Amino acid sequence: MEFLAPTTWQDALAAKAEYPDAVPVAGGTDVMVGINSGRLRPSALLDLGRVTDLTDWGLDGGYLRLGAAVPYRRIIEELKDKAPGLGMAARTVGSPQIRNRGTIGGNLGTGSPAGDCHPPLLVCDAVIELASVRGVRRIPVTEFFLGPKRTAVAPDELIAAVLVPPADGPQQFAKVGTRNAMVIAVCSFALALTPERGWVRAAIGSAGPVPTRAYTAEQFLTEALQQDGFASRSGRGDVALPESVVRRFGELVAAAASPIDDVRGTAAYRRHALSVLAQRTLRWAWESYRGRGDRCT
Amino acid sequence: MTTTRTHAATGTGRIGDSPIRPDGLLKVRGEFAYSSDLWTEGMLWGATLRSPHPRARLVRIDVTPALRLPGVHAALTHVDVPGAKCYGLEHPDQPVLAFDEVRYQGEPVALVAADDPETARRALAAIEVEYEPLPPVVDAEAALRPDSDLVHPGGNLVRHVRIRKGVHDTPDGVPELPEADVVVSGEYRVGMQDQGFLGPESGLAIPAADGGVDLYVATQWLHGDRRQVAASLGLPPEKVRLTLAGVGGAFGGREDLSMQIHACLLALRTGRPVKMVYSREESFFGHVHRHPAVMRYRHGARRDGQLLWVRAEIVLDGGAYASTSAAVIANATTLGIGPYRVPYVAVDGWAVYTNNPPCGAMRGFGAVQACFAYESQMDKLAAALGLDPVEIRVRNALRTGDTMPTGQVVEGPAPVAELLRRVQAAPPAPPTPTGDLRHLPGGVGNTTHGEGVVRGVGYGIGIKNVCFSEGFDDYATARVRLELIGGELTASVHTAAVEVGQGLVTVQEQIVRTELGVDRVTLRTADTSVGDAGSSSASRQTFMTGGAIKAACEQVRQQVLSRLSSAAAANPAAYRFVEGKVLAGTEVVADLAELVGDQPVEATAEFRHRPTQPLDPQTGQGDAHVQYAFAAHRATVDVDTELGLVKVVEIVTAQDVGRAINPQAVEGQIQGGTTQGLGLALLEEIQVSNGVVLNPSFTDYLIPTIADTPPMRLEILELGDPQAPYGLRGVGEPPTISSTPAIVAAVRAATGRELTRVPLRPEHIAGVTAAGEPSPGER
Repeated sequence: MEFLAPTTWQDALAAKAEYPDAVPVAGGTDVMVGINSGRLRPSALLDLGRVTDLTDWGLDGGYLRLGAAVPYRRIIEELKDKAPGLGMAARTVGSPQIRNRGTIGGNLGTGSPAGDCHPPLLVCDAVIELASVRGVRRIPVTEFFLGPKRTAVAPDELIAAVLVPPADGPQQFAKVGTRNAMVIAVCSFALALTPERGWVRAAIGSAGPVPTRAYTAEQFLTEALQQDGFASRSGRGDVALPESVVRRFGELVAAAASPIDDVRGTAAYRRHALSVLAQRTLRWAWESYRGRGDRCT
Repeated sequence: MTTTRTHAATGTGRIGDSPIRPDGLLKVRGEFAYSSDLWTEGMLWGATLRSPHPRARLVRIDVTPALRLPGVHAALTHVDVPGAKCYGLEHPDQPVLAFDEVRYQGEPVALVAADDPETARRALAAIEVEYEPLPPVVDAEAALRPDSDLVHPGGNLVRHVRIRKGVHDTPDGVPELPEADVVVSGEYRVGMQDQGFLGPESGLAIPAADGGVDLYVATQWLHGDRRQVAASLGLPPEKVRLTLAGVGGAFGGREDLSMQIHACLLALRTGRPVKMVYSREESFFGHVHRHPAVMRYRHGARRDGQLLWVRAEIVLDGGAYASTSAAVIANATTLGIGPYRVPYVAVDGWAVYTNNPPCGAMRGFGAVQACFAYESQMDKLAAALGLDPVEIRVRNALRTGDTMPTGQVVEGPAPVAELLRRVQAAPPAPPTPTGDLRHLPGGVGNTTHGEGVVRGVGYGIGIKNVCFSEGFDDYATARVRLELIGGELTASVHTAAVEVGQGLVTVQEQIVRTELGVDRVTLRTADTSVGDAGSSSASRQTFMTGGAIKAACEQVRQQVLSRLSSAAAANPAAYRFVEGKVLAGTEVVADLAELVGDQPVEATAEFRHRPTQPLDPQTGQGDAHVQYAFAAHRATVDVDTELGLVKVVEIVTAQDVGRAINPQAVEGQIQGGTTQGLGLALLEEIQVSNGVVLNPSFTDYLIPTIADTPPMRLEILELGDPQAPYGLRGVGEPPTISSTPAIVAAVRAATGRELTRVPLRPEHIAGVTAAGEPSPGER
């Protein structure tokens, strides 16, 4: 097995062009598990640990730009206000050791249907920046996931960064696992609410071949908010969401999932749990919007 | 973790103190050498080819493609096993390497030794095996029917234990039970739990000049291993020498052999040292698991709650090979009604062969499965009679002098009612703190901020036998030597007793310090050059090896006193050995170092517990057990009733340990055992579908993390058993037994659902049916 250890981004891209089968590794929390178990035997490993600019984040135009090798721990500690949904999701990943090592780019690169960061990226319309010696391209995250562990990254490309619009409204993320920590999602759900702009984003994880937006549920809720004038009503104040709206939103989220029975749970339970999570996170987000913020994070 | 009594490491290292474990700092720092860390110059790496099929005819094996690879030094099959082709703890039915037929997924078929692990992996892939898959026998109850396929030619029944106390069967075999005011019945199931030890199976075999082999290995019983290894190698036992390597947990999973014979075969074939280390996934196939159980119970009681009769039928799925199934079903049945006084008892238990993974010893050993059933029944009975769950247990609590279903009279303290009253009397668990997700069901998953959360409280009490039962000649050997080393009085202890993490190393030193009044105690590495210590299982090792060390120390004292005077030797009880002095009363009569001088004193003692009897095969009557141990739990849980997620808020537990030799180690055992029971209640299950394991990894076989482990309030009683050394009572297993039903009872209280199967699953707790809609609570 070749071990490639570039020290600059340009060298990393050149190496990937030369060795398109090389598996990139940063924190190693997925790759090394695969190698140790014997399931992964790549012809080459491309170690990104020496490419220091991948671990930075900063502002880039209207976006928050996270280098691909920013670890979960820094997302939790440094970005929880700017990207709260992502921060909540990062908090649910693995153990402290895993969160120190594991990176957002690795989460994307693995492309697991259960990747914790995927639903919050979907609800904030994140953009993935892919690079190769051929150049740089940016694709919406909705076009990134092609199937279980299959992504839009071309063989000669590396994930350079994730571009996230700073939050302009409440965001929520919730993940069901049978254990209270260090667990792969049975199912997960992310929600972003920006009623001033009249839109809602909802996304489902670990309940289908790829993480997915719940478009029908989004549209229903968006229309309900607009029809009832919630978004335009001044003073926000005392307007509670009707239970019927919350319940219907939950039903539509559940209907948007395409779960299976597996060792982690049944399809029926996943649908049920998604409905519960959708309703709860909607209430929390709405409360937060009304300014009575539920600070339980 | 908070406890009412938290023992920091304290004292001078005598009995009742909590000295620091000699291996503690090393383990915390990651510096302890486990068996997987063994290394020697020129060693090869062994690896095992395993069957992908749960049941298949072995048509052909060809290892020659593996042997052609550079760096491969041996490739072995069953024809290369020179001695006994099969091994087993109780009944040698398990092939060293499969021949004719494979009977479970993961069964070893061939071995290789190679220069490095990667070459060994490629060699395994090169071996050609032709299988003819057969339909596996996977349902233990169906396996007992006459029309079932046979897993073994002799039939699918490993053992049927039949117990009748005060009950006769009708001519067609139905137990005749008296009329009861109230009858409750239930069917309960227990899934396949794994020991989940962290140190995978591993060891190093080194061929010796005398044609024998030295094996360094993590195990639970050195001599038990040696007997089986020597038989399969075709060597006399003295040519097979075992030395204990660092053990990374056991919990019963190292009672059966794993890589022991294999590594020795490869070492003897190649003439080179051979190391074997299982991967995590392989480990799930490399050791036995806890028996899955189906249990049907009926309890008949008087209106005042007094139990009149219990009828129980227990089926344990033993998997493909016998392992310890015969003893496990004996425990499940003889302890099958729990620590209760019941005049009429009819219990039948069957351990059954299937093509599922082999099951055998795991902490609690049959008592765990039964306890889930009988404690669920006690709660059901309480509900039927409108009684408090503790009250109904107390009204039926076993007491000293009562008779077990086997006719055995309970001797020594049996504080069943007191343990229950103590956990009940503890202050209620505090309310759920707000503002931190880690205190809520679902934890950091952010699934609830309080919505749907309902609190529940449940109780459980269990009973366990300590030491080996049913007439087994159970003994332990210890050699103690007292000498001056560099002018300093030093005692050394040599046993073959295995430290599996329970703290035996510290206990051994404490006993010697107490008995001989010597500060400096060294432990020799456990190996087979000293006599058998028996297994580190059945909560027996402090009792047995502790007893042997005590006896050896007494012999050493006797020899020392005979140097003092013949009068002293004739009256040893009048002398105490304290801080290097020999005392008669409070008077110092001699200096121990002077008495020892340059003539070391050494004694080897064998210790046996009181004899036990086999069970009568027709009636199950007999004094089969040595000692009974009891623990009670009160569990408080917060359940997200909509999502079916659970946070165990607090556990209160009370246990009589007779005498706490090392209080801190006792607390560790109780906390760890309780947590393992929590795992069975809520998380831990090897999922098997048609004989195939679905989750052989810690990604999907979930054991409790610290976020799942509640604060525990421990009440440790030291009531003293007159029949045991120092009055001690085995500690390790009881906490695992009753924490499971207590937690399930608490979840039932919160949800109103019946919940008859463990581990509980979120969909069961939330009542989600296949149609996806929660069903209403049943109570």
